Amino acid sequence: MAPENKLDKSKMVVVEGSYAVAHAVKTCRPNVISAYPITPQTHIVEDLSQFMADGEIQNCEYINVESEFSALSALVGSSAAGARCYSATTSQGLELMHEVLFNISGMRLPVVMTIANRAVSAPISIWNDHQDAISQRDTGWLQLYAENTQEISDMTAQAYKISEDKDILMPAMTCMDGFILSHVYEPVVLLEQDLTDEFLPAYEPEQVLDPKNPLSFGAFADPNYYTEFRYLQEQAMQKALKKIEDVANEFYDVYGRYYGGLIDEYRTDDADIIVMAMGSIVGTIKDVIDRLRDRNVKVGVLKVRSFRPFPVDAIKNVVKDAKVVVVLDKNISLGLNEGALFTETKSSLYNTDIRIPVVGYMVGHGGRDIKVDTISKIIDEATEVMKTGIKIESQFTDVKEELL
Amino acid sequence: MKSLLAPGHRGCAGCCDAMAAKFTLMGAGEDCIVINPTGCLEVMTTPFPETAWDVPWVHSLFENAAAVGAGVEAALKALGKKENTKVVVMGGDGATLDIGMRSISGAFERGHDFTYVCIDNEAYMNTGVQRSGATPYNASTTTSPSGKVSFGNPRPKKNMPAIMVAHGSPYVATTSLAYPRDMIKKVKKATEIEGPAYIHCHAPCTTGWGFDTSKTVEVARAAVQTGLWPLYEVENGEITKVRKLGKSIKPVGDYLKMQRRFKHLFTMEGGEEEIAKIQAIADKNIEDFGL
Repeated sequence: MAPENKLDKSKMVVVEGSYAVAHAVKTCRPNVISAYPITPQTHIVEDLSQFMADGEIQNCEYINVESEFSALSALVGSSAAGARCYSATTSQGLELMHEVLFNISGMRLPVVMTIANRAVSAPISIWNDHQDAISQRDTGWLQLYAENTQEISDMTAQAYKISEDKDILMPAMTCMDGFILSHVYEPVVLLEQDLTDEFLPAYEPEQVLDPKNPLSFGAFADPNYYTEFRYLQEQAMQKALKKIEDVANEFYDVYGRYYGGLIDEYRTDDADIIVMAMGSIVGTIKDVIDRLRDRNVKVGVLKVRSFRPFPVDAIKNVVKDAKVVVVLDKNISLGLNEGALFTETKSSLYNTDIRIPVVGYMVGHGGRDIKVDTISKIIDEATEVMKTGIKIESQFTDVKEELL
Repeated sequence: MKSLLAPGHRGCAGCCDAMAAKFTLMGAGEDCIVINPTGCLEVMTTPFPETAWDVPWVHSLFENAAAVGAGVEAALKALGKKENTKVVVMGGDGATLDIGMRSISGAFERGHDFTYVCIDNEAYMNTGVQRSGATPYNASTTTSPSGKVSFGNPRPKKNMPAIMVAHGSPYVATTSLAYPRDMIKKVKKATEIEGPAYIHCHAPCTTGWGFDTSKTVEVARAAVQTGLWPLYEVENGEITKVRKLGKSIKPVGDYLKMQRRFKHLFTMEGGEEEIAKIQAIADKNIEDFGL
């Protein structure tokens, strides 16, 4: 059973999601922050800049770089030199970082970066979907998705603890829906400094750039060696599956707050229909489920917090007794007509005894609102799938025919 | 003086990168951290699990060495470890003035305390001698070959030292492999000055330029003596020192004829006029710097 969330309402303050993240970063005591402004990530880096201007982050340098490419590149040097590092970006900025993402994970540097998820150009769009981070899925970064501002704030400290673990040493993206979470004002408990100091140990890497002990970082590997580097990265990802769960529990022990580890569940115990999704849409889905439960529709939601590593076993365990799985994706793999969560969920179930239909819906591209009615309709259709089988396996939602 | 670049690396006989790296380390000393973008120097010194570096060394990507250097410097400051430790980038001409231009421009504008050494062998040697923005006028490379209707690279070198001066760098200097003591002295000065310093080292490549492996230094010297590669220092925007050539100035043909990449200028019809254009480049240097 998941621990009960003990939110201390007396500690709650109403702040913007971006502020909650910036404050969380501050309590993690970063040594180097390197970032380039891009909507809707800007408020995070502005708040951090103000903390720096007010002297509220000790032993820290903030680098105002000239591009996202350099934002992350600088952190290669900083992390290799032994610094706890932070950046934040989104969309075009994240895509510009693509080459550096592989480099950081390949060098096993535990950088943590917040992604204020946003659609990708063209057409240019500043609004939310998950195409930016999903497109970086194979770069060797942990990818954690938050449902609300409290979770993204708390996830920041969790991410450092997971990434910096000596068995893991993989960088992490903590993903929050752009505008929907980054710009919303909600009551949250800001990460407490004393508790964060208790929860998150100082970063003490075993290998650093140090003239007293000269080491070489970033050597090239010929075919005799390259495979093992990739193999070890995958081993670290697999170890992270347990570490993410452990750290969620350790976080609960210190702060009393819990949102699931790899996944979270809501009213799934006896559910015939399991809806899967990531990010803020989960909140909307929960509301729909409450209404449907009142009408005796047996439906629950499986929230995927960790997209990388992908929680195959945790998902299987939740869906195994269901009669249909519905996956909502705010992204698409063009040419496959499927979102990534849908494809990977199907793949996870394929060579197993679990034989249930899985259907996918691509929703909310470029920030289009995902309405309660849309989710209700999707769940209605899932009820039909239970009776008659799959008619359409994967589809766009709310396409405006008049614009085509 | 202890060499901080071990022998046994995989550079060619007569390799300019190895010489430039050694001289740089002699100037910087052992209390330094080296950042090295992708290129010959990186590949020949660090085939996993071996390394030729006796100082801490980091390679990330091709186009980001200045940003990585900025990150190292920031981390040392934040962790209270900066003290006397020098942060030194060594990058090739492609990594510096082509693909790395954004990164170096940002790092110099922000004023990080580090030294950037461009080891300029005037083309992409690691990938097989393709032209870069540093390839000189009329040099034949694999992507700017001479041919029936071409004398080779149609553009003069990008003036990178001037660009770095324009960034407000407190110290910009040019060096040559033929003048190691001059180079070591300039690197030492660059690393001791607070702020972003830039050294541009002219580095003849035996394979890319086409000369005997024993001639690296002679070719380098000829570039200086013809006025094609003036040696100077610029401090806070003012030229403070120039290596004078006086009466020893040689015609550019003496330099060009040593190298296969300019061979076509001596055989093609119209080659003489082209050599005259290169002489004009040298003459302008001689006038501008009072060589």
